[in-house]
Amino acid sequence: MRKERMPAPIRLRELIRTIRTARTQAEEREMIQKECAAIRSSFREEDNTYRCRNVAKLLYMHMLGYPAHFGQLECLKLIASQKFTDKRIGYLGAMLLLDERQDVHLLMTNCIKNDLNHSTQYVQGLALCTLGCMGSSEMCRDLAGEVEKLLKTSNSYLRKKAALCAVHVIRKVPELMEMFLPATKNLLNEKNHGVLHTSVVLLTEMCERSPDMLAHFRKLVPQLVRILKNLIMSGYSPEHDVSGISDPFLQVRILRLLRILGRNDDDSSEAMNDILAQVATNTETSKNVGNAILYETVLTIMDIKSESGLRVLAINILGRFLLNNDKNIRYVALTSLLKTVQTDHNAVQRHRSTIVDCLKDLDVSIKRRAMELSFALVNGNNVRGMMKELLYFLDSCEPEFKADCASGIFLAAEKYAPSKRWHIDTIMRVLTTAGSYVRDDAVPNLIQLITNSVEMHAYTVQRLYKAILGDYSQQPLVQVASWCIGEYGDLLVSGQCEEEEPIQVTEDEVLDILESVLISNMSASVTRGYALTAIMKLSTRFTCTVNRIKKVVSIYGSSIDVELQQRAVEYNALFKKYDHMRPALLERMPVMEKATTNGPTEIVQTNGETEPAVLETKPPPTGLQPTSQANDLLDLLGGNDITPVIPTAPTSKPASAGGELLDLLGDLNITGSPVSAPAPAPQISQPPFLLDGLSSQPLFNDIAAGIPSITAYSKNGLKIDFTFERSNTNPSVTVITIQASNSTELDMTDFVFQAAVPKTFQLQLLSPSSSVIPAFNSGTITQVIKVLNPQKQQLRMRIKLTYNHKGSAMQDLAEVNNFPPQSWQ
Amino acid sequence: GCPRQQTGKIHFILLFSRQGKLRLQKWYTTLPEKEKKKITREIVQIILARNQKTSSFVDWKDLKLVYKRYASLYFCCAIEDQDNELLTLEVVHRYVELLDRYFGNVCELDIIFNFEKAYFILDEFIMGGEVQETSKKSAVKAMEDSDMLQETVEEYMNKPAF
Repeated sequence: MRKERMPAPIRLRELIRTIRTARTQAEEREMIQKECAAIRSSFREEDNTYRCRNVAKLLYMHMLGYPAHFGQLECLKLIASQKFTDKRIGYLGAMLLLDERQDVHLLMTNCIKNDLNHSTQYVQGLALCTLGCMGSSEMCRDLAGEVEKLLKTSNSYLRKKAALCAVHVIRKVPELMEMFLPATKNLLNEKNHGVLHTSVVLLTEMCERSPDMLAHFRKLVPQLVRILKNLIMSGYSPEHDVSGISDPFLQVRILRLLRILGRNDDDSSEAMNDILAQVATNTETSKNVGNAILYETVLTIMDIKSESGLRVLAINILGRFLLNNDKNIRYVALTSLLKTVQTDHNAVQRHRSTIVDCLKDLDVSIKRRAMELSFALVNGNNVRGMMKELLYFLDSCEPEFKADCASGIFLAAEKYAPSKRWHIDTIMRVLTTAGSYVRDDAVPNLIQLITNSVEMHAYTVQRLYKAILGDYSQQPLVQVASWCIGEYGDLLVSGQCEEEEPIQVTEDEVLDILESVLISNMSASVTRGYALTAIMKLSTRFTCTVNRIKKVVSIYGSSIDVELQQRAVEYNALFKKYDHMRPALLERMPVMEKATTNGPTEIVQTNGETEPAVLETKPPPTGLQPTSQANDLLDLLGGNDITPVIPTAPTSKPASAGGELLDLLGDLNITGSPVSAPAPAPQISQPPFLLDGLSSQPLFNDIAAGIPSITAYSKNGLKIDFTFERSNTNPSVTVITIQASNSTELDMTDFVFQAAVPKTFQLQLLSPSSSVIPAFNSGTITQVIKVLNPQKQQLRMRIKLTYNHKGSAMQDLAEVNNFPPQSWQ
Repeated sequence: GCPRQQTGKIHFILLFSRQGKLRLQKWYTTLPEKEKKKITREIVQIILARNQKTSSFVDWKDLKLVYKRYASLYFCCAIEDQDNELLTLEVVHRYVELLDRYFGNVCELDIIFNFEKAYFILDEFIMGGEVQETSKKSAVKAMEDSDMLQETVEEYMNKPAF
């Protein structure tokens, strides 16, 4: 077979030129494919002369996005070649194509080892660079010894590269760090800046990784301080000068190493105090380079144990940064202030107005930081002004911020609201400006807040009504508004608002809007639920439109939305069979005691005004005689002087999974026959009110109000303690918090707590924190019980405990008789 | 041991044109080829979309992108979150200065036609994501000395005429 002599492959630059003439992607692809084919044949020919040229071209095409894996082995051949040109391209190719994920990566090891010992420093340099950029752990292990040797050479060109190579080795194989320790001995004595810089990097890496190394290298602090001082004081050095500053890169790395060494160490911190002050006050701030050094200095000052004067100096530098025209400088200032706002709060407060100005910045990253910082700075003194700015920000900011901003405003308003009216207005403002960005979990919180602001009910419902009249697309807003209208619709139509001009609105108009919400395609399923329930509630608050309400409710009894359908069916049932219960079931929500997140000193005074305890509750239901049907709990209690938790009635309704009414009416026997046989009582966790959307929150009040706690039960390692709180607004209510703990060595799982009280009491059990009590007293289950005791009788309780322990099912009954008098008198 | 605070390492450097064409990519971490392509596309898009009034820094995943445009070329450095962004701007600037010193009034075409030189220069300045030489003179001298070692002058002229 006659072998044709191949023409010389085209030169690299010529190929580049040719490819750039391609007018379309397709044309380019064609050229590339043609050239790749040529290169492949050339590789097959094992041509040494042009291998370098071909690999270079391949690397170019690789950068354009084309596959180049078939060149991997060729790179290895180039590396093994004696020609420097070959090695240069070979190593470049290796760094681009032969990372540690490639099978042939390790084949480089021997070549690199040889080249590390080459007589030409530039060849050694290539090998060090390749190893130090992308050597795998295995390769690093194999060659660490060579690197360590080179770290001790007097050739500064090689020494600096060896130092960074060592850094890479340590990052890949941390256990090898120790072996480099001896070589670090005189690293800082070097005059060569390259070596100094890389040495500082190496020392930093070692100190960050090992507390022992850190302790060992602390003695270098004086030397580092001296080097830094020389850099600052030295005259102009053209080689290292950047805008009048000598070697800013080295200065910054030294500052960083000082930070690590000075952290948590008084002596080291003191030793660097002066130089830090010097750098902080003398560095030129007109250019970025000076500010880069100042920035690093500030970070160091804030992180070590510096004197307060130095810290204030640092914060003031950041404050000045905030005023800089350069947005990059403003950006870093905000980032740093965000980090220090907790620890140096007062110092940062001084720059509050500048920070607030940054809310108007055009850069998104700056705006975000300014927003976070602003929230961190809100307190009781500045809340009005700050909220004004933040509400304005909420109005105008990008959508990506709105959710966080809304949440932040709610939180700050809750903590620092100067008045109830202001609080409601702020909530309204957020709901109307960013109503669709408000987080879902904000809705129940807001409802609770509104419930508790009793004298603002008329105002709130009026404002909410007006807000959704024009636009009912913002779901959280509509949900809150629907709930309020359902709850306070009577105040709305009777025009009771005092805070502003009461509007004239009829019952029909109110129902119109709620029905529009129901019908609208924009309304989420949850929102529809709110609207329907609101309509239902109005049946006890409105007088003229009950028939209309009945009609609406009956229509939705056949809605395809299962949630809606279920509700409608239950409400229908209320109209038909349980009409006598309707008023009680739908009565006004009582004030809920809110969980406070701060310590005991900050409980009730979240609002500036004292709360007049005006509860518009209707008198407790009297028409609810317990039937002679035994509630499941009766079985628990076994006696007839004990009242069931909730009155029951038989029904032929199909059972469904939860739906408040079913729970309200107790456990229903599916077959409809009277419940007489004992049956295991499930946890009754739903409160006996229609709590649409309200999550049952644990009602912890940090002030125990001096009522002593009791241990209600203690047996077999299970201990249950009761702590008591009395309601400020309703003296018949006692809130008991139970804490169950387990001192045995195995967890108690599936724990269920049940309770029953005498006839004259009423009980409400909220959801427990969990169903597992961990062993060794390492955690507890908490649960809240509310007891209504209008006749102020002595409190007694029977409890039933069931749980699994050590593989068996446990059960126990007990009576609690040791309630302290303060808990019920 | 101490939790390692991330300070200092550059994760990758990308050079690209205003049309989004890649001119250089240096990765100091190991990633699959596909991933690198995806990241590059994403970042090019993000940076080309930035307007003049924004800062030079972009929060991206758990890294920060520091970028600056020199004539028709964007230089983008990805650093760790704790790192000094202002100094990274100086690092980028220093690289451009080195290219300028080596090529003489460097422009995008120099980088296109001599991409391998751009890599060589970078490798004299940064290694493993860390600055290795802070003297302009030294870095360029190493380049020029290495060039002298090359066996043929054909392919690797210092200042190609085109």
